[in-house]
Amino acid sequence: MTVLVDSGTKVVVQGITGHQGTVHTVNMKAFGTAVVAGVTPGKGGSQVEGVPVFDSVDDAVRRTGANASCIFVPAPFAKDALLEAVDAGIRLAVVVTEHIPFHDMLVMYHYARSRGARIIGPNCPGIGAPGKSKVGIIPNVVFRPGRVGVISRSGTLTYEIVNGIKERGLGQSTCLGLGGDPVVGTSFVDALPLFEADPETDLVVLVGEIGGTAEEDAAEYIQRHVSKPVVAYVAGRSAPPGKRMGHAGAIIARGKGTAESKLTALRNAGAQVADFPYEIPDLVAARLGASASR
Amino acid sequence: MVKLAEWRGKEIFRSYGIPVPRGAVVRSPEDARKAAESGSVPLPCVVKAQVLAGGRGKGGAVRFADSPAAAAEAAQAILALEFKGEKVREVLLEEKLAIAKELYVSISLDRSRRVPLLMASAQGGVEIETVDDSALLRVEIDPFAGLLAYEKRRVAAALGVSGPVRASLDRLLDQLWIVFQKEDAELVEINPLAIVGDGVIALDAKVIIEDDAAFRHPEFNEVRDDRTPLEEIAREQEIAFVQLDGDIGVIANGAGLTMATLDVLTQYGGRPGVFLDLGGTDDPKKVTQAFLLMAKARPSAVFLNIFGGVTRCDTVALGLVDALKEVPEAERFPLVARIRGNNEARGIEILRAAGVGARTDLKECAQSVVAAAAGRRVAPGARA
Repeated sequence: MTVLVDSGTKVVVQGITGHQGTVHTVNMKAFGTAVVAGVTPGKGGSQVEGVPVFDSVDDAVRRTGANASCIFVPAPFAKDALLEAVDAGIRLAVVVTEHIPFHDMLVMYHYARSRGARIIGPNCPGIGAPGKSKVGIIPNVVFRPGRVGVISRSGTLTYEIVNGIKERGLGQSTCLGLGGDPVVGTSFVDALPLFEADPETDLVVLVGEIGGTAEEDAAEYIQRHVSKPVVAYVAGRSAPPGKRMGHAGAIIARGKGTAESKLTALRNAGAQVADFPYEIPDLVAARLGASASR
Repeated sequence: MVKLAEWRGKEIFRSYGIPVPRGAVVRSPEDARKAAESGSVPLPCVVKAQVLAGGRGKGGAVRFADSPAAAAEAAQAILALEFKGEKVREVLLEEKLAIAKELYVSISLDRSRRVPLLMASAQGGVEIETVDDSALLRVEIDPFAGLLAYEKRRVAAALGVSGPVRASLDRLLDQLWIVFQKEDAELVEINPLAIVGDGVIALDAKVIIEDDAAFRHPEFNEVRDDRTPLEEIAREQEIAFVQLDGDIGVIANGAGLTMATLDVLTQYGGRPGVFLDLGGTDDPKKVTQAFLLMAKARPSAVFLNIFGGVTRCDTVALGLVDALKEVPEAERFPLVARIRGNNEARGIEILRAAGVGARTDLKECAQSVVAAAAGRRVAPGARA
């Protein structure tokens, strides 16, 4: 096990017969992920890209031994899908779906937590460990096996940064996209200990954005508990207060959530802060030193 | 997010049994006079502008009246106001009450703790940000257990209420928690919550409904008080579109990448005007819609920043070239494209062949779009 996923991860795709579900089932398989089952109520018995489809997660788990779920179910039904997965014994669920009301997510989060299950997302690209497994939608082309861990609240920006790390001749241990919603199942503070404990990670890249206090919380955690070097970037320095900047969670509300506050906290915690995303690969290379750069 | 005007918030409160003053919302001085004359609003009364910005009391947007004629006069004065950039279209007339004390309560979301958070203070009627932390009680509500009796006892103690007032407060808190959940609110705030006689009453109401829960609340579809007209069109077409106050348009895929693009532009002296997030789409129709919408915002120049991950850059480029043809001649704008990722070389080739300056370096592109925008600003005739 690296961070949360490895070659023992067996994925059930909920909403596999939808466009997104099908496309990313193909991509996950191409990455090397063991996609063992799909679920779409009413379509049990069929197949998608060679993957057997079941009517319920319970059926899928009993018949295939699936131990992780990737959820593409539309927002109005996503809560039900997640609770069904948890009740079927799934302990890791990546929720790709966007626009889930946070009131639903509060129920999903506390329900999962009380049963020992972890949610990544919602509105997230998921998780990938090159050479091992990927659950979610991070594009396969950006990965290269290596020793840099990446934790991010963004999607495309993460791909760009991960790709930059690859082009710099470095690679990634695990990339984790937390999602851009106000309530996420796994936060920076939840993820950092996993990377700190992971023997395959030498350095952590943290990609934040405006809104909430997740980065400030992360800075406090880093100061106390993280010995590995951290390189951080926060998007949205030019964002005005009160505007929701594309992500539901990216909003400066009542003076809280500014990039400046986050950058200061991270800097004070000893993280190396990049002003722009394209500076990250060089900062990472410098921190890892020449020996690790090949 | 859907911010509700005070009177809409109070209508919701009333429907859940939360006490609010007797009153009426009107749109003309004549209707204000009638409301006061008919007794539907007892005199003396308060006349309040129905705007979303705070600080109305100090800003002349709240007046008092003791006769129907005075109510009409106050309404007329307030309806003529433009309050913090917002034209006043509605005023709320309400009975003036004998207030013993002003308190504060709200329920919002604590993102870090991932729980609904009830806040209460004995210092009501002022901006809550100015209240010292020691005077602010925070109670985390368990989403499954709900608001518990002992938690309400803590609130009552912090607010210094007892006896029949406490009983009234207990009922109000229960109902406020139900409103927060049932209406899918991001925020329900009563400031001030007044002690009047033996009970509490909501003198103000701030209710914000979550956008993502709109599918459960068709009744709010018509409430679009705080969006610009273009933001409204974008919402209908399901495009993430935000209007800022600069003049350079930005189109990117993904919210994080879009924000990073704005930051780089700002760094090089550009002023981002409109921000448009294509998200994960490579649907040519959506790309075309996005470009047409951008054209309507009349940007000085547009910066397109695409990272091709799952989608291929050449596919996106082909969509863009088609989209550009649809933009009317008069609405064309200088376009700088920065294309990275999957099949980037082919994507750049396609764009260049169509006359679009396309490159891979973010800094160079940012500088060139800032220059293009500046060039157009010195020649405003070019935009007419």
